[in-house]
Amino acid sequence: MTIQFNEETFRDDYTFHNSDKAIRRFPFPFHEDSYIYSVNMERHRGGPEGSVYEKRFDVDEHYISEMRDRALVLTEDPLRCQSLPHMELAGWDLLELIMISKSEDYPDLFELHRDGDRWRWINKPLEIDDTFRFLDATTLPYPPLEYIARQTQGDHCVLDQREGNLWMDAGMVTTQADWSLDFDIGMNFFEWHAPVPMAHEMGIFQRALKFLLNIQQGSPARRLNWTMTVNPLLDTSPENYHKWGIQKTTLTPENVGQKQHLRVELQTFYRLPRSNALAFPIRCYLISLEDLATIPKWGCRLHRVIRDLPAELATYKGFIDNRPLIVDYLSQFDDGKPTSNGVWPDLHLEN
Amino acid sequence: MSSATQSIPVIVSDIIEVNTLVKRFVFKPKSQERLPSFSGGAHTVVLMHDGGRVRRNPYSLMSDPNDQSQYAISVRRDDAGRGGSLFMHNKVQIGDELEISYPVNLFSLDLTAHKQLFFAGGIGITPFLAHIKQLTRLGGDWELHYASRSQALASYSDWLSDHYDDRVHLYFDDQDQKIGLDALLGGQTVGTHLYVCGPRGMIEWVCESARRLGWPEGTIHAEEFLAPQPGKPFNVQLASSSKTVEVGAQESLLEALERIGVDAPYLCRGGACGQCETRVIDYDGKFLHLDHWLDDDDKSRGDKIMPCVSRFEGKTLILDR
Repeated sequence: MTIQFNEETFRDDYTFHNSDKAIRRFPFPFHEDSYIYSVNMERHRGGPEGSVYEKRFDVDEHYISEMRDRALVLTEDPLRCQSLPHMELAGWDLLELIMISKSEDYPDLFELHRDGDRWRWINKPLEIDDTFRFLDATTLPYPPLEYIARQTQGDHCVLDQREGNLWMDAGMVTTQADWSLDFDIGMNFFEWHAPVPMAHEMGIFQRALKFLLNIQQGSPARRLNWTMTVNPLLDTSPENYHKWGIQKTTLTPENVGQKQHLRVELQTFYRLPRSNALAFPIRCYLISLEDLATIPKWGCRLHRVIRDLPAELATYKGFIDNRPLIVDYLSQFDDGKPTSNGVWPDLHLEN
Repeated sequence: MSSATQSIPVIVSDIIEVNTLVKRFVFKPKSQERLPSFSGGAHTVVLMHDGGRVRRNPYSLMSDPNDQSQYAISVRRDDAGRGGSLFMHNKVQIGDELEISYPVNLFSLDLTAHKQLFFAGGIGITPFLAHIKQLTRLGGDWELHYASRSQALASYSDWLSDHYDDRVHLYFDDQDQKIGLDALLGGQTVGTHLYVCGPRGMIEWVCESARRLGWPEGTIHAEEFLAPQPGKPFNVQLASSSKTVEVGAQESLLEALERIGVDAPYLCRGGACGQCETRVIDYDGKFLHLDHWLDDDDKSRGDKIMPCVSRFEGKTLILDR
C-alpha cells in the first residue's frame, strides 16, 4: 500500500504523531501574518500533488487509528450519528459520493464494483468487503450515512436545503471543535451559527449561506477553519467537556510545544444529486506546535497570528487563558523579518 | 459553461415527436460511462451553436433521475420566440453532439412533506415526470393535477393515465374542464406541499389561492423560467472589465456579456434564481425589469439588474461586470 498507517491513539496515552511527510502537507491556514474572518471559499477541484487538497476525500497515515477512535466514541454515545427520517436518501447520496471518489482516487486502497443496484465495496485498510443493494438499507450493517462515515476521516454533516435555508438534519460528528450534533440537529444555518462572535455583525453568514445554497453538482467548494486543542484529541465535544476541558490547565512552559496543537478543519461542500441536499464534510488535522515550528515560516507566522488575535476570538476558540503561554513559546520562532505570502512552507526560501 | 456549473458533452440518441408542438430529445453520454444522477425538478442548460450565435436554453430533465444511461428533455416549439426551440426542433438531428450543463435543481421536492401535490400546465408537466419517477422508486404520497389546452396537446397524459390512473387528474380547456382549486386545496391533510409549474397566470392562481386558504409559505413551490424578451438595442458600459457592448434586439444582456467574453454566473437564465444579479454603478434611462427575483425596493433603488431577462432603455448604463 502507498500509505504507511500509524498505530496511535487520540486519548489516554496520546501516541498520535505526524511523520515528516504529514508535517509538510499540513493544511496551514494562515496566508498572512494576521487572521480575520472571511468566507474564504474556493473551488474544491484538486490541489498540488501530495497536498491534502489533491483528492476529494483525503486519506492519510492516521486513517485506521482515527476510525478506531470514532468507533469508541460511537459505542459510548450513539447520538453522535443522527439522521432525521427524510434524510435517508441524502445518506445514500453521501455513500455514493464517497465510494466513487475513494475508489477512483485511491484504487489501490478502495474498490467499488457496480452491477445495477448490486454494489460491492472493498475497503482494504479496514478489511471490509461488503455486497449490498443500493438504496436498500436493510442490506447494509448500518444505515448508509453511518456505514460510510465509519470508514471516512472527518465529520460529515448532511444539510437539507429548503425554504431558502440549510438545515442540520443528519450527520456523523465525533471529531468536532466543541459543538454538538445532538444539540444542533434540525436547526437552520443561522440557528446553529448563533454562538459565533463578530461574524454576524460582519454579514458573514448571509453571504456564506447565499454561496452555499448555490453550490452545484460537479462544482464542490472548500474552506479552512481553525482552533487550538490541548493534547491530540479528536473528540473535543461539549458532551465530553468534563473530560477534556480540564486538560487545558495542564500546560506548562516545558510541555506547551508537545501538548498544544493547532487544529485545522478542511471543510468541503458538495451538492448531493439525488436528494439535492448539501454534504458538508469537516476534516480535522492536528499538529503540535513543536512539529509545526519545524517549518520556520509557519512557526513565525503562528506567533504573530495568535499574539494579535482579538480577545473575543481567542475566548470563543477556547485558549484565552493559555494565550500568554503559547505566545511566549512561539516567540522564539519569530525572527521579526517579513514572511512570504501564502500558506505554503516555502522551505526552498530558507537558508 | 458558466462559472457556476460544469458542462457535459452528450450525443443526441433519439428525437421523438410527442405531438404537433412538442419533441422529446434523448441524450447519451459522449465519453463518460454514466451521466450524473439528479433529483426530480432539476434542469439542464443546453448550449446551441446556431450559425454564429450561441444560445443557452434551460430545460427540465424529465427522465428517471436514477437512470444514468441517458437524459431526456421535452421542447415545446415557440414560433414567436427568439429561436432556441426552433433550433432544437428544426436543426438538431440524431447523432449530433451537444454540450449540456450539470443538472441544477431549483424546484426540488421538500422531502419533509407528508404528501406532494402537483399542478402542471402545458409543457410545465416535464419536471413532474421526473418527480413522479423518483417518488415511484423511493416511495411517497403524491397527486397530480394537469391542465392542457386539449387532450391531443397534453404531452405524456396517456403514459400518466396508464401508469398512475388513481393519482393523475387531467383537465382539458377545450372541454371546459377546470381544476376545482379551492375544494382541492382546502381538503388536503396537514403536511402537504404544493408545486406548480406552467404559465404565469396558473402559477399566480394556484399560489395566491393557497395563501388565501392559509397554506404556510414554505409549503408553496413554483417554478417559472421566463424566456428573455426581445426589445430595442441598448448600450452598456462594463466597469470592471473596461468594455462596452451593444445588446441586440433579439439578444439578452446576459447573452451579450457572454458574446464578448465577460463572465456572469447563471443558473436558470429565466429571472428566477438570482445567480446573475449584477450591480448597477450608474444609469440615465429606464430599466425594464422582467425578472421575478428583485423585489420592488430593489427595482425602485435602481442599483441592480438581472441580465438574463431584463433590459434597459436610455442614454447610459454602467454595470459592475
